[in-house]
Amino acid sequence: MLDNSDQGTYDLDKIRIANMDEKKAANYRNKFLGFVFQSFNLINYKNALENVALPLYYQGISRKERQVIALNYLGKVGLKDWSSHLPSELSGGQKQRVAIARALASNPKVLLADEPTGALDSKTSMEVMALIQKINNEGKTILVVTHEQDIAEMCKRIVRLKDGVIVEDKKVKQNIIKNV
Amino acid sequence: MFNIERWKEIFQSIQKNKLRTALSGMTVSLGILIFIILFGLGEGLKNSYSDLFLNNANNVIYIYPGKTTKPYGGFKTNRRIELKNADIDALKQEFSSSIEYVNPSLFVSEPISYGLESFTFEISAVSPSNQLIEKHVLMKGRYINEKDIKEKNKVVTIGRLVARDIFKGDDPIGKFINLGSRSFKIVGVFQDTSGDTEENKLIIPYTTRQQILKGTDVVGTVGITFDQSWSGSQAVKLSDNIKSFLKKRKSVDPTDPSGIRIRNVADEIDRSLQFANALQIIVTFVGIGTLIAGIIGISNIMVFIVKERTKELGIRKALGAEPNEIIKMILTESIFITAISGFLGMVIGIIILNSLDSSALQEYFITRAGVDLNIAFSATIILIIFGVIAGYIPAKRAAQIKPIVALRDE
Repeated sequence: MLDNSDQGTYDLDKIRIANMDEKKAANYRNKFLGFVFQSFNLINYKNALENVALPLYYQGISRKERQVIALNYLGKVGLKDWSSHLPSELSGGQKQRVAIARALASNPKVLLADEPTGALDSKTSMEVMALIQKINNEGKTILVVTHEQDIAEMCKRIVRLKDGVIVEDKKVKQNIIKNV
Repeated sequence: MFNIERWKEIFQSIQKNKLRTALSGMTVSLGILIFIILFGLGEGLKNSYSDLFLNNANNVIYIYPGKTTKPYGGFKTNRRIELKNADIDALKQEFSSSIEYVNPSLFVSEPISYGLESFTFEISAVSPSNQLIEKHVLMKGRYINEKDIKEKNKVVTIGRLVARDIFKGDDPIGKFINLGSRSFKIVGVFQDTSGDTEENKLIIPYTTRQQILKGTDVVGTVGITFDQSWSGSQAVKLSDNIKSFLKKRKSVDPTDPSGIRIRNVADEIDRSLQFANALQIIVTFVGIGTLIAGIIGISNIMVFIVKERTKELGIRKALGAEPNEIIKMILTESIFITAISGFLGMVIGIIILNSLDSSALQEYFITRAGVDLNIAFSATIILIIFGVIAGYIPAKRAAQIKPIVALRDE
């Protein structure tokens, strides 16, 4: 949906995704999926609140309503007081939390996190993973891609890939993070 | 099309990216500004050129009698040809269908005095049609008329500057002025927009002058007017016919370049207008050149802007922006910036053109430098349209690339 596939099929909510036209794809991205990236991918001239509100703009929600919702999600990631700060004024961990708030804002069915801790030190990685666990426990499916074993162990199920092929798929005992 | 939310997005993007906005805005403004100034100055150059020729009637043929340079019909060479009243009448009769007015004139050199003061002005002894040929406009009284010609009255119509210098504000009408040893009654004052030369003249009936010259019937230069709507080639044909008619009548060798000389103003103007047209072409080329430079400038900046925003556009796509939404956003922003800065450049250009010191420009042969508002508007709109096209192509490409590719773009 962000990229082309090499082979195989991909169904989302009973819909075949391959060769979907751009307009529909945009709609699905907006409604079903929330993305969290390794490099945060915040828009640098928008402050935290505006970044979180952006997916709502593409849902056609009014400006006032957007801000209320966005502020609510910023509160959820603990950054209510940072809402008017630009990404350049935030730390890496804070940026990733803003990105998670943004991914949640459109209330998607699935959250896709591509190396969410890849650019963070281990302490902030813990903070971010704690947040991800919290959201997961609230009932949201989250897919985390990572190279780090300890991060993987914080999830409930690990699908191991090697050279693009699934080599292992097992449920694990989650390593729950306490008091960060 | 009008979507307040999109406009808010665009205004934020413009506000937060001041350098980018300023760069693209300045490219457009500068393009239009330079176009308008160059085009305006070019127009001024053209204006001064046509001004030189359009102040006098252009449907005039002047006949200058001179000395022959070839022997012909039993006459020796170097004979002075004189046109007489009878020749004028014959000319009128022969070309009655094609000529409107005939204006014989004599050059007069007489001292001018009023009261005890004496003055130096040019005196023309002419017929009433001189008024139409030289485009003299009456301010007071009357011009010399046919009755004056017939009765050889000693009357004079004077130029505005003559009246000012001699009478210094007093009403000259009805006063008597001495031309040589004879006293002439002033019947009118005229002005002429073409300049001071004509307004420094005194106009008397040519028949009066002939009588003063001991009843001679010789005239000097003859001006002939024809139908204003005639083309240059028709005028040339008429002047050729008049030339051969007079040469035959005065026994001048048809191949003699002198003897009877003809000056055709229409023909001259035709040639001058060709030069003016060449100027126009140059001006147009300069204008188109600057416009193209402006278009290339704005295209460059649009490509750069979209390139710079590739990542942002990728993020927007990942968050659910449709490709159309991306294209609309970029285009609306570029139209907004180019339109505002284009019209700003246009207005500044026009203000600069209008504030240029016209007397200083006159030295460079530029009169009434200015640009037709329609041309200014069209040029601005062309630049805006090309700005949109130049923005559309990279915007479309950016909207089409997969978000992941755009996101990798660091």
